[in-house]
Amino acid sequence: MNRFDYVRPATFAEAIAAASEPGAAYLAGGTNLLDLMKGGIVRPGRLVDVSRLPGLGAIEWLADGGVRIGALVRNSDLAHDSEFARRFPAVAEALLSGASAQLRNMATVGGNLLQRTRCAHFYDVAGACNKRAPGAGCEARGGEARNAAVLGWSEHCIATHPSDFCVALVALDAVVEIAGQGGEYQVPLEDFHRLPGETPGQESVLEPGELIIAVRLPAQAASFSRHARYLKIRDRTSFAFAVASAAAALRIEQGAIAAARIALGGVAPKPWRARLAERALIGVGPDRTHFDRAAEAALADARPSGDNAFKIELARRIVARALALAAAGTPARLPALPGSPFSPVAGVLHV
Amino acid sequence: MTEPSASPRPIRVSVNGVDHERTVEPRLLLSDFLRHDLGLTGTHVGCEHGVCGACTVAFDDQPVRSCLMFAVQADGHRIGTIEGMADGETLHPLQMAFWELSGLQCGFCTPGFLITARDFLARNPDPSEQEVREALSGNLCRCTGYQSIVAAVLEAARRLRQAPLAGLGKS
Ligand SMILES: Cc1cc2nc3c(=O)[nH]c(=O)nc-3n(C[C@H](O)[C@H](O)[C@H](O)COP(=O)(O)OP(=O)(O)OC[C@H]3O[C@@H](n4cnc5c(N)ncnc54)[C@H](O)[C@@H]3O)c2cc1C
Ligand code: SF4
Ligand code: FES
Ligand code: FES
Repeated sequence: MNRFDYVRPATFAEAIAAASEPGAAYLAGGTNLLDLMKGGIVRPGRLVDVSRLPGLGAIEWLADGGVRIGALVRNSDLAHDSEFARRFPAVAEALLSGASAQLRNMATVGGNLLQRTRCAHFYDVAGACNKRAPGAGCEARGGEARNAAVLGWSEHCIATHPSDFCVALVALDAVVEIAGQGGEYQVPLEDFHRLPGETPGQESVLEPGELIIAVRLPAQAASFSRHARYLKIRDRTSFAFAVASAAAALRIEQGAIAAARIALGGVAPKPWRARLAERALIGVGPDRTHFDRAAEAALADARPSGDNAFKIELARRIVARALALAAAGTPARLPALPGSPFSPVAGVLHV
Repeated sequence: MTEPSASPRPIRVSVNGVDHERTVEPRLLLSDFLRHDLGLTGTHVGCEHGVCGACTVAFDDQPVRSCLMFAVQADGHRIGTIEGMADGETLHPLQMAFWELSGLQCGFCTPGFLITARDFLARNPDPSEQEVREALSGNLCRCTGYQSIVAAVLEAARRLRQAPLAGLGKS
């Protein structure tokens, strides 16, 4: 691993100043950054350790019923916060379906949003990768691309965003609070990550030195708590990244769907909100025919980027099934295998 | 004030209840600090990418990957390793159950499983088999086929419910 300066700032202002220098990176839990540094995929000359910054570690309930989650809250602490899990069960389920307990104990909210892709070629420094080295080419395009994106990709990069947490967050209209040299501002999570276009190395709207300070969920997001699920297909039952996943949340009033929230994971360069699919559900009954139609709409723009056409059909089925699970009702207790299609839950529609 | 960023840096870490002060390079991994600087070689290093779980230690009582942490991140914190699990000559009930039910063969993965399982049982004293499997999914074993490990954790849970240990799950 390269040598680096290690800085432990005491305030936001110090952190932002220290991280604005070229070659600097923030260190939170380190579970993604260290891995990338070990492989020489990133080589920061300075690490700005924000893990001890005050004021970033709390889950705050807002007067309007929303919640503000500090950027340093651990993935496990958030998922196991009983009030949070009660109001936002799909977010808790998504968190617990990701990584393993030991990683979730270290991983932070901010780090989860900014984790890098798991494209194998991105990790292979001997190969060409536009994300790692702009203009170098893309080893995945035309190569081994089973896990690559089917939505939102470009000729320059077909990699997916690997987060589970972000999928449930984006479905529920999460907002990212950011601090930078020009002060503080906020961006909807849906607009936080960038599509690859011609610059796949630019993955988010953050400018150098900008720090995520919190993620907020609006009060309205809690109105889906009775019908909200996260469903994730992996190559094995547990502890694997998503091949395809979906967050689905419904508000059902007098037998009809009053509001729907749907997002997909594992299939696009960013957590993928499926607004057309949501619209297709307004006012209709929560049944199989309508869920299938919504799933069609969610994948209408999908096209394979390699040997991954199977993901389109798979993602459709995941969306339909996640909707069916949500309609059946949030379980009183999270299943032993969160997010898994193998969890025995009564009344499940098998697709 | 921002603390100086110069290369080696003094840290103070409590490991199994004993304070250690050392000066370390910022890029030193916690796993290497434990093994090389402190000579605590019970924490094993397998994949070094956060995948296998052999390097699992307790960080302020919560299991984490010591291969994905710098020693400087542990500064001022408590670390628990496998060396601190037994009470003198008396094995922890989990260690006993692993021994009696063949929860280990080569033993390479065992410290990671034990640290993970100790925390899990502290939070979930009466787990189902499926819950045990999910809780252990972040630890890989190339020898046992997992059946005996799951059985050992369930057996230890049963014994701990009958005779709880003081300070279970603490490092
Ligand atoms: C084996 C393994 C399996 C995994 N499986 C899954 C999975 O199934 N699902 C899933 O979703 N994730 C998975 N992960 C990824 C894991 O969730 C991330 O590594 C973790 O969330 C990153 O958080 P961190 O705090 O450790 O980030 P760090 O590694 O500290 O940082 C990650 C990036 O974010 C930047 N950063 C961190 N905090 C901030 C901030 N506040 N402001 C600005 N920049 C910041 C850092 O500079 C760095 O670039 C897995 C990881 C491993 C190692
Ligand atoms: S898909 Fe993206 S990350 Fe993967 S090799 Fe191509 S450019 Fe790199
Ligand atoms: S050595 Fe740390 S997880 Fe494998
Ligand atoms: S006992 Fe050999 S790896 Fe588990």
